[in-house]
Amino acid sequence: MSVLFHSRTLLPGLFLSLVFVAAALISLAWVPYDTTVLNIANRMKLPSWEHWLGTDQFGRDILSMIMVGARTSIAVALVAVGIGMSVGVPLGLAAAARKGGWLDEIIMRANDLVFAFPSLLIAVMITAVFGASALNAIIAIGIFNIPVFARLTRGAALSLWNRDYILAARVAGKGPARISLEHILPNVANLLIVQGTIQFSLGILAEAGLSYVGLGAQPPTASWGRMLADSQTMISLAPHLALFPGLAILLTVLGLNLMGDGLRDILDPKLRRARV
Amino acid sequence: MLHYFLKRLLSLSLSLVAASIVIFLALEVVPGDPAAYMLGLNAQEDTLQALREELGLTGSIFQRYLSWAGGLLVGDFGISYTYRTPVSEMIGDRLWVSLPLAIYALTLSTLIAFPAGIWAASRRGSAADASVMGVTQLGVAIPNFWFAMLMVLVFAINLRWFSAGGFPGWDAGFFAGMKALTLPAIALALPQASILTRVMRSSLLDTLSEDFIRTARAKGLTKGQALWRHAVRNALIPVLTILGLQFSFLLAGAIIIENVFFLPGLGRLVFQSISARDLIVVESVVMLLVFAVIIVNFAVDMAYAWVDPRLRRRR
Repeated sequence: MSVLFHSRTLLPGLFLSLVFVAAALISLAWVPYDTTVLNIANRMKLPSWEHWLGTDQFGRDILSMIMVGARTSIAVALVAVGIGMSVGVPLGLAAAARKGGWLDEIIMRANDLVFAFPSLLIAVMITAVFGASALNAIIAIGIFNIPVFARLTRGAALSLWNRDYILAARVAGKGPARISLEHILPNVANLLIVQGTIQFSLGILAEAGLSYVGLGAQPPTASWGRMLADSQTMISLAPHLALFPGLAILLTVLGLNLMGDGLRDILDPKLRRARV
Repeated sequence: MLHYFLKRLLSLSLSLVAASIVIFLALEVVPGDPAAYMLGLNAQEDTLQALREELGLTGSIFQRYLSWAGGLLVGDFGISYTYRTPVSEMIGDRLWVSLPLAIYALTLSTLIAFPAGIWAASRRGSAADASVMGVTQLGVAIPNFWFAMLMVLVFAINLRWFSAGGFPGWDAGFFAGMKALTLPAIALALPQASILTRVMRSSLLDTLSEDFIRTARAKGLTKGQALWRHAVRNALIPVLTILGLQFSFLLAGAIIIENVFFLPGLGRLVFQSISARDLIVVESVVMLLVFAVIIVNFAVDMAYAWVDPRLRRRR
């Protein structure tokens, strides 16, 4: 447990992230007010005891909307990181195991190609072809994550392949696939966790941006980005409509970034030594 | 150097061809016939056929790709399905908003990041360093379109220093145009400036611990002289790489920011085209932006090799 205190940023980051994860989980079972019921008479109310964060232009409780929106953001970003890892990591391992081979060459060139498409452009293309939905936002962010993890895994794995214990494993008759799985993967896991946290926070920002321009989750699914888009025309009448969803995004991303920094300090002894 | 240049040039052309194939195929799978869409339900078959030929929709998929890609090479992006005007003209008009916006944002980002990064690195561990790092932590976490909305609330609606959106056109004068682009450029620059500040700081810290800095100090240079004469210049290389990458992020990021400020740039064009199913415009804008990314990265690579001869022999 004491390892948690080695970094100044880990605990605040973990706390902030957990608040929003908890809000998302609680919203599955309970929200203060039903977000699908409109109550026009009660619209654009400022924060009060009944509505802690006020109500929106349709009289919906903003706190409840933010809790449901947390679910959308976290689910989209989490699945997108999952896609990036489950495709990118095996590709990176395979490329490192056959360094300089045709497979390595193809994987790295394909990576370069995907990198030339900013995630927003991938999303624009997917939307143009298949229409806007949360699923397509996940795919767009997920595709963008693949080369990130492939590159990271390959780079880290390459340096491991020269180690003596890998040589020992080869002498013992283990094939490249088994060595990658049993010896390389556990040793790059720390790096992947840190990068996963960073990609997770980038995913939340990307999802917010996509749903802001209408390329993400569609109504009636609540999402932070669309809450902001809806509030924009009313920003002079009711600034609090724009304030709280934006703060939710900012705090979640900040929490994840701080957590990522903290995890890197703890999990990557090389960096820790470099800082001393 | 020439060998390296030619090798990179070959890889650049291959990337461009690969990107164009991906984009072409992605939009090729879209169902529906643009000609039927343009002419409506009652169109005659021979009229439809004539229009398909005019739009380059006849022939095998291979022929269509070649005629599309060939057109791109000479700046002919085809004809908009909705407006029936050349796509290149539509893009040309919009580029005069998006490109200045990206350059404006990149300039702001550099002007903020360089001094902030150097200042933080030269006072490592101090309160100044901690506060710069704290601000950059916020800068990378803030969604830039939200920051843009808040700026509209404060500077356009409350203080009335700027207009809340729209673009008067460059005909209204250089300053009127720049004024309309100021809030969008700040919103775009903020996260990039934060990233760049962090890169500048850490790169400078690395350089400051090098032997040649110790030598410079031993020679009798003051801390400030060693910093300005030796460290900053050597720390710039990773910063330049990030700067190159950021240009592409700025071009793509402008897609969202243009929508916050109702700027008639490429981003607005893309969204209008998506809702009008004007796919050839979407295709062309995406292609243009991807080309820009690939070419900027190539330019950065070349600048890199020119500055640092060691890199020419790599790979």
